Amino acid sequence: MAAISNETRQRTGKTSVLARREAIEMYICLAPWLIGVVVFTLGPMLASVVLSFMDWKLLKPPVWVGLDNFVSIFTSDPLFTKALVNTAYYTGFSVPLQLITAFLVAMLLNTRVRGLAIYRTIFYIPSVFSGVAVAIMWIWILHPNAGLLNQGLGILGIQGPNWLGNPQWAMPAMIIMSLWGGIGSPMVILLAGLQGVPQHLYEAAEVDGANGWHKLRHITLPMMSPVIFFSLVVGIVGSFQVFGASYILTGGGPNYATYTMVLKIYQNGFTQFRMGYATAQAWILFLILVTFTYLQFRLSRRWVYYETETVGKR
Amino acid sequence: MTHQVLPTSRPALVADRTSRGRRQPLGGYRALKSLSKVLTYTVLTALSAISVFPLLFTLSNALKSNDQMYVMPPVWIPNPLMIEHTVTAWNALPFTLYTFNTLVITILSMAGHLLSGSLVAFGFSRLRGPGRDKLFALLLATMMLPGQVTIIPDYIMMKYLGWLDTFLPLIVPSFFGGGAFFIFLLRQFMLGISTELDDAARIDGCSSWRIYWSIVLPLIKPALGAVAIFAFVGNWNDFFYPLIFLNQQSKFTIALGLRLYQLQVFHTSFRTHSVQGLLGLSLVVLLPVVIVFFFAQKQFIQGITFTGLKG
Repeated sequence: MAAISNETRQRTGKTSVLARREAIEMYICLAPWLIGVVVFTLGPMLASVVLSFMDWKLLKPPVWVGLDNFVSIFTSDPLFTKALVNTAYYTGFSVPLQLITAFLVAMLLNTRVRGLAIYRTIFYIPSVFSGVAVAIMWIWILHPNAGLLNQGLGILGIQGPNWLGNPQWAMPAMIIMSLWGGIGSPMVILLAGLQGVPQHLYEAAEVDGANGWHKLRHITLPMMSPVIFFSLVVGIVGSFQVFGASYILTGGGPNYATYTMVLKIYQNGFTQFRMGYATAQAWILFLILVTFTYLQFRLSRRWVYYETETVGKR
Repeated sequence: MTHQVLPTSRPALVADRTSRGRRQPLGGYRALKSLSKVLTYTVLTALSAISVFPLLFTLSNALKSNDQMYVMPPVWIPNPLMIEHTVTAWNALPFTLYTFNTLVITILSMAGHLLSGSLVAFGFSRLRGPGRDKLFALLLATMMLPGQVTIIPDYIMMKYLGWLDTFLPLIVPSFFGGGAFFIFLLRQFMLGISTELDDAARIDGCSSWRIYWSIVLPLIKPALGAVAIFAFVGNWNDFFYPLIFLNQQSKFTIALGLRLYQLQVFHTSFRTHSVQGLLGLSLVVLLPVVIVFFFAQKQFIQGITFTGLKG
């Protein structure tokens, strides 16, 4: 079809009836999404811009307050800063640790091990689980005496802390939990990427006397950089939105040690019904994510290597 | 055992290295190779244990009697095996109803994702019209958008529509292309399928709709499978949206029910509640996901790989 309408266009020089019909059909196909994106995404986004400049307790009529919400977020709400720092702390440890572990596991699995499929399945299983059930499992795993983690540490002669009861250890506990469930997906993606690196590159390098480190540094990492980049962006965006883990495990405590951005937005919006104030914070979260993603794309030009790109340039 | 695993295609390379003046005897090289194999399998086994132990630990604790819960050193295989706690917990709250509610939401939402997702993806990949690429860029942008940004206006809208405390906010958006990610996945898959069949059908006078329904849909079954599974697991596990949109306990999903039970479990006034019951319930909640995963493992892995590599 594509070819036909192209030809027609070339011959007649104007949009043909066929092409117009195709365009109409295309819009019919896209209609569900177009309606949805306007009603459930763009409309609410627009509304939320307006809302973030308002004081609205839902039961009373909204009042326009200008920038007041944003001013008080940064000047008179220490919990916001706390939540922001906590979320950054969580992301800063959880995403790199997930990716590094996933990469190492994928490298191990890519060494022609026997039973590859079985190992891959076992490593992937935790990541199909998520939500409340997993968090509840971990409440008991992290129990100071009867918990699996401290029993394991006990075998190594380490007295484990009261993970969820201690402000210092609650966030590390959440990060450990995120590692259990967060390695599977990047591992599967990275493994598929590793399997796609052309074998002849390694063979050529070996002939030139490259050792394992050289091969990793100059072949594997550059060839894998787009996949690593993708996992990094997805990981950061996802982990900045962490909610269920802290809501179920600790409710944000102890002493707000695991209080995250989305938990704060949720509490301000849906337990205190300060709709405008919560929306303003949601916008700040959104801007942080956009900035992060933008910076990552900028930086990626330095280290991400796209094979097709260079081929195209020459 | 490890000697058999040695790659057989390497002797030339080994000889090459030794001849280049590395005074390493062949035996040493081999020993090093098998040592690294042993190490690899040791690490892999240890990691498998870390993967699986939390599940076994939960299962073991769910089946313990009260006096075995805190015994040191811990009992791994409880004696007697007590399933009673879980059964009591299941009946302490209307978990059968919660399961039914979750199934209704999950199945309808899955249907919405499959129907609207494939139709929109068909438009994006098979039909041409002005503004298509810009709209696709918009789709990609919404993929990155965190749900929290729109959740409050969405909530207010649902309130004015009178949809709060119904399943509609959890179902209806999926019929309107709710999962941008699914559209993206299906579109990428459709792009990978040759258009020869479409072209032939068109020449025979087939309409776009028949091409969508009778040619493209059957060809993208694997991708539809992946979407069905991701949608199922996503809805089944979902906690944030039901928490916001559902209020009455009779409307609760299984995740909300589990949370309710968790809140009640440490109150002594609930005799029917126990830690074992809580853990047992969480395993029951995970069970359908495990079953789906084992039957559709290939689609899982393919779906993830596909979006990760071709994205």
